Amino acid sequence: MKFGVVQFPGSNCDQDAYFAVRDVLKQPVEYIWHQSTDVSGFDCIILPGGFSYGDYLRTGAVARFSPVMNAVQEFADKGGRLIGICNGFQILCEAQLVPGALIPNNTLRFKCKYVNVKVANNTSDFSSKCKPGQVLSIPIAHHGGNYYCDSDTLKALEDNNRVLLRYCDAKGNVTEEANPNGSLNNIAGILNDRGNVAGMMPHPERAVEPILGSADGVFILGSIVERLES
Amino acid sequence: MPITNTEPIDPKVYHEMGLNDEEYKEITRVLGRHPTYTEVGMYAVMWSEHCGYKYSRPILRLFKKYREAIDGAGLENAGIIDIGDGLGIVMKMESHNHPSAVEPFQGAATGVGGILRDIFTMGARPIACLNSLRFGPLDDPRNRYLFEHVVGGIGFYGNCVGVPTVGGEVYFEDCYSGNCLVNAMAIGIMKHEDVAYAAAHGPGNPVLLVGSRTGRDGIHGATFASVELTEESENRKSNVQMGDPFCEKLLIEATLEALKTGHVVGIQDMGAAGITCSTCETSAKAGTGMRIDVKKVPVRETHMTPYEIMLSESQERMLAIVDKGHEDEVMAVFKKWGLQAVVVGEVTDDGLVHVYDGDDLVAQVPAKSLADEAPTYYLETEEPAYLAGLQNYDLSNIPEPTDYNEALLKILGAPTIASKRWVYEQYDHMVQTNTAVLPGSDAAVLRIRGSKKAVAVVTDCNGRYCYLDPFVGAQIAVAEAARNLACSGARPAGTTDCLNFGNPEKPECFWQFKRAVEGLAEACELFNAPVISGNVSLYNETPDGSIYPTPAIGMLGIIDDAEKRCTSEFKDAGDVIILISGLRYDSGEKHSVCELESIGGSEYLKTIHGIVAGRPPMLDMSREKHVHDAVLKGIDKGVIKSAHDCADGGLAIALAESCIQGGIGADVKLTANCAPAASLFAETQSRIIVSATPDNLGALREIVDDCKAECTVLGKTGGHDMRITINDVEVVNVPVTDLESCYQNSIPNMMA
Repeated sequence: MKFGVVQFPGSNCDQDAYFAVRDVLKQPVEYIWHQSTDVSGFDCIILPGGFSYGDYLRTGAVARFSPVMNAVQEFADKGGRLIGICNGFQILCEAQLVPGALIPNNTLRFKCKYVNVKVANNTSDFSSKCKPGQVLSIPIAHHGGNYYCDSDTLKALEDNNRVLLRYCDAKGNVTEEANPNGSLNNIAGILNDRGNVAGMMPHPERAVEPILGSADGVFILGSIVERLES
Repeated sequence: MPITNTEPIDPKVYHEMGLNDEEYKEITRVLGRHPTYTEVGMYAVMWSEHCGYKYSRPILRLFKKYREAIDGAGLENAGIIDIGDGLGIVMKMESHNHPSAVEPFQGAATGVGGILRDIFTMGARPIACLNSLRFGPLDDPRNRYLFEHVVGGIGFYGNCVGVPTVGGEVYFEDCYSGNCLVNAMAIGIMKHEDVAYAAAHGPGNPVLLVGSRTGRDGIHGATFASVELTEESENRKSNVQMGDPFCEKLLIEATLEALKTGHVVGIQDMGAAGITCSTCETSAKAGTGMRIDVKKVPVRETHMTPYEIMLSESQERMLAIVDKGHEDEVMAVFKKWGLQAVVVGEVTDDGLVHVYDGDDLVAQVPAKSLADEAPTYYLETEEPAYLAGLQNYDLSNIPEPTDYNEALLKILGAPTIASKRWVYEQYDHMVQTNTAVLPGSDAAVLRIRGSKKAVAVVTDCNGRYCYLDPFVGAQIAVAEAARNLACSGARPAGTTDCLNFGNPEKPECFWQFKRAVEGLAEACELFNAPVISGNVSLYNETPDGSIYPTPAIGMLGIIDDAEKRCTSEFKDAGDVIILISGLRYDSGEKHSVCELESIGGSEYLKTIHGIVAGRPPMLDMSREKHVHDAVLKGIDKGVIKSAHDCADGGLAIALAESCIQGGIGADVKLTANCAPAASLFAETQSRIIVSATPDNLGALREIVDDCKAECTVLGKTGGHDMRITINDVEVVNVPVTDLESCYQNSIPNMMA
């Protein structure tokens, strides 16, 4: 199996994702340059965090027109596993590979801290290693992580079990206090309707070793490996 | 064809640029004629204090490495610390005080940008930023505005560029009200063999300008940094540069990749004095000259004059000297990353910088004269008249607080002491996945990927101490930095500094500067943490007065085994709390600590009594070292579970912080001959509070004895309250939740 990490100009968590896959998951991984039009041979593609194109215009707005995104779109249409983390999630929304939008945090400030997220769907390709309702400790670092969508979309997500992660407290209670950015229904991560594309604001690649504060990110990234192996 | 027939420049013009009559005369002597307008502009910026160090050079010679560099090897953009495994750490700190005082967001942002460029121009990948900030009190809306936007600017730049901002400090004092201090520090890592130099070797080699286009921003930024701030400084907003962190991120990747081609002969970033500085400094270093054509410089505004192009401080630009014949290869790397890269000239062998505007020669100046030969001034020093009175202020009649709990909470909630979480949550402190100890502990710790090691890094300086005694205050800054590193399990390896002072032309200010540097130089040698790089920021004053002398220290230490890093919070209930100190705390002792436990210069004296007076606490550097040795050994042997230094606010505050961060109470019993306020709040030096399991107490005592430090059991962790008794009388009893709420909410409440 082979992972690919897309590099847009301004991506800055690409290296972190690369190291997490190579050194912790111990899986083959390569960078995919933003001008590449061929993503054959990859089983899972990661759109990493950062400030692609400097967040010019709107976060993710320019990246979604990058040459590589055509190939990424086709890859997803064919069922390839695609995960967008933070800026990657913003790009997925702009590219309409997942529904909804990420608007500025309700605090109007950048926020970097460890948060707790509850696994809302533990049967997906990105959470199969998780127990139902498991609480994971994973960091966020964003200015625009406030998930928003219209009521029909929200209903579709909730009714079809497409919410992947929700902000919660240490005990798993989904409360307003535990919501760091104002996201609707404390949504931290979602799936597309087919279940092969995931977008999430928290950074699992930052929580892969105890020395970094938590290794809970392995539950997410490791699920991808587990599902690809089977 | 040399320049001839130049007219004298109107003194009003060159005075406005910052040159005095003697300097102008010297320029005419060097050139053998009057300078052109472009030339006088180039001299004005290069000979400003900010670039030329003309006032500070005689004092900086006190630093051993600076002396060696100036006399021989030459100053590089930043110094290198060897951390073993073939790796070197590059570290530097720089001020952006004046720009931040008038345009805080961009001033702070470009401060970060500038210091990062100093790191990667040496071939090192930036791995962390820290910042040391000072503002006036937050009850003044202007200070809240500056604080909010400086923090915003640092976050804006650091987060986008992908370098974690992992630590620093923020102080609030009246003296910084008109003149905030923004000192940005960065560290980078590289293999020793990959180091890049800033010298323009090889006549005939092409000179490239890479990165952003050049605009009119920041012209005379260097001059602006070399004068006092006044009301009309607001009009200097155009002297503030604008930053583009996205461009800088591309520049980092492109520069590091270009260096790998092996064909970059020399490279220098463009900061203060832009193209003028990078051309003359790289030439001077190599003993060569340079010819450039400003018409080739990519510009972003129309009708820019040669003067404007040479003086522009537009950000995110580098000057690269490349092996002849390989310029296309190097430029291709920059173009791959979407950056401008053009050949603007070539290296020559005549030691002169020739600036052309197409076919017109507009400047012809000896590189060394611009870069190295700014006149040196030997300014007068005079001990300030007020100082003796201040130091000898009678503190024996300061009334005790009626309620120690209330006093404790008031100090804990003082913005200088209170939690800075509001600040650091706005910084991405985790990107690059190397941060092993996050903000909130005594030092940030970064693991070194591919090795067992980690590095710990801090900034420190108590400006108030330096005001009361610049020599001792500066030494305490160094001691405190090393102490914080020890608490993390790191032994000091190197120091950088950012020396912030008032107007050097005032003898009292220059005296403060000289005394502080004397203190620093001695202390850094004693702690084996030599000053490897630094920055001087003078003229930090307004009509209302000068800032406290503030020699900010940045220090880096090495932890041999990253797994042995230590943090400041109490870990478990039932642990023993021990004070490791330089002085002995038994109440029966002949030389009672109490005589030396002075509240002079303390946060307690200022916050509770509104007094800034006395002498800073006494510092015995060899005892301080013994304490560090004991703590380092205790951490290495695995008998110390937490370590936190006593600093601002004294013992009670340090205990409170360890309780708050650990979410555990403490029961502490002190015995003392002095007044309770002194026991609780005096900022006696060389003290570290550690915790250990009861079983390990014996082993710890042995280690402390071996290291010739003192060991006093203070009490035990546990429960939900922090309780302190002195001579069996309870003085403090506060629920940890109350301590926490006061500590965490202070700044957010003021900034709401």
